[in-house]
Amino acid sequence: MQQVNADTIWQILETVTDPEIPVLTIQDLGIVRAVDCAEDGSITITITPTYTGCPAMDMIAMNIRLALAAYKNVTVKSVLSPAWTTDWMTETGKAKLQQYGIAPPKGSAGHIPQDGVECPQCHSTYTKLLSEFGSTACKALYQCQDCKEPFDYFKCH
Amino acid sequence: MQQLINSLLHLADNNLILSQRNSEWCGHGPVLEQDIAITNISLDLLGQARNWYQYAATLINQSTSQPINPATEDSLAYLRTEREFKNCLLVELPKGDWGQTVLRQYLYSQFQHVLYEQLQHHGDAQLAAIAAKALKEITYHLRWSSEWVVRLGDGTDESHERMLQALEALWCYTGEMFMPAEYETNLGVDFNALQHNWNQKVAAVLAEATLPMPEKVFMHSGGKSGIHTEHMGFLLAEMQYLQRTYPGNEW
Repeated sequence: MQQVNADTIWQILETVTDPEIPVLTIQDLGIVRAVDCAEDGSITITITPTYTGCPAMDMIAMNIRLALAAYKNVTVKSVLSPAWTTDWMTETGKAKLQQYGIAPPKGSAGHIPQDGVECPQCHSTYTKLLSEFGSTACKALYQCQDCKEPFDYFKCH
Repeated sequence: MQQLINSLLHLADNNLILSQRNSEWCGHGPVLEQDIAITNISLDLLGQARNWYQYAATLINQSTSQPINPATEDSLAYLRTEREFKNCLLVELPKGDWGQTVLRQYLYSQFQHVLYEQLQHHGDAQLAAIAAKALKEITYHLRWSSEWVVRLGDGTDESHERMLQALEALWCYTGEMFMPAEYETNLGVDFNALQHNWNQKVAAVLAEATLPMPEKVFMHSGGKSGIHTEHMGFLLAEMQYLQRTYPGNEW
């Protein structure tokens, strides 16, 4: 078997998206930590989970395998350290989130703003926190006080 | 090695059992946002339990030569008997009313927080990584549950009274968390320091909630070594039903 070019693999991984937030690729989220192509042709993809209980993680690992179905000897390895953080989310990813209707994370891990998160609908910052726990583990629920729309905020982690 | 495996199972069981208990609120929370919050916390606890079980299973399989049925996260969760579970009694108690649920969550989250702060620096790299990862989620659980304890404790006469009852019902189960089991003696955790730290933090939240810090009482124990309350068997019967009735079945 011939050694595979890692750049090719990275490009293929660009097509794998988060099943819950399909506008984000797994690269936008910072989930893929390494791609190792060995001389014997085997490929190891190292990913890190976002939240420990996130049901999307098993699906993401499966989607990576499907995207690389043309290659033999693909291993998807999960590592926990260093722990995933929203700091790894790309700027492109944050912009895509905003456009999709989810306010992107702002600030340091564990921090949850009580107000001032920009509404993804009308861009007002006159908003308030409704609940630190939203529709999925990674989101909190806010409401805009101007346009009155409730919206999700991707929590700092 | 056996001590480490048992410690991992204890950490996993604590989380799995509390996750199962909290999940009973699914569809029954007092308001939609809080129903979602408690079930989100259940999901985090379950995710953390999976990490501990997966690591325990790896070590169990390494220490057994050619196991006939290799241990998996599923076999550890669904196919062990009550006496094999090592969780603290606190997490298996019935969910009670909302006050009791949030108080138990707070007491446990505060315990997890002080414990995992130590474990994230543990010499065993995988153990440390799991703890560090979990700590980020626990930060959210701790804030949410302590806010609820304060809101209800310093709330109406009715909510204050309910919190006093919850404190009375739960307090005598908190001591066990700090009594090291035989398998924890070499874990490298200073349980006295842990308890001191926990006590101080709990006292501060209870004070803000206008609730009294309970007096020294007799502390129940046994869960860590497999001696459980009468509630545990019922919980396992429900949780393990599918695998017990249809062995090996998958969704």
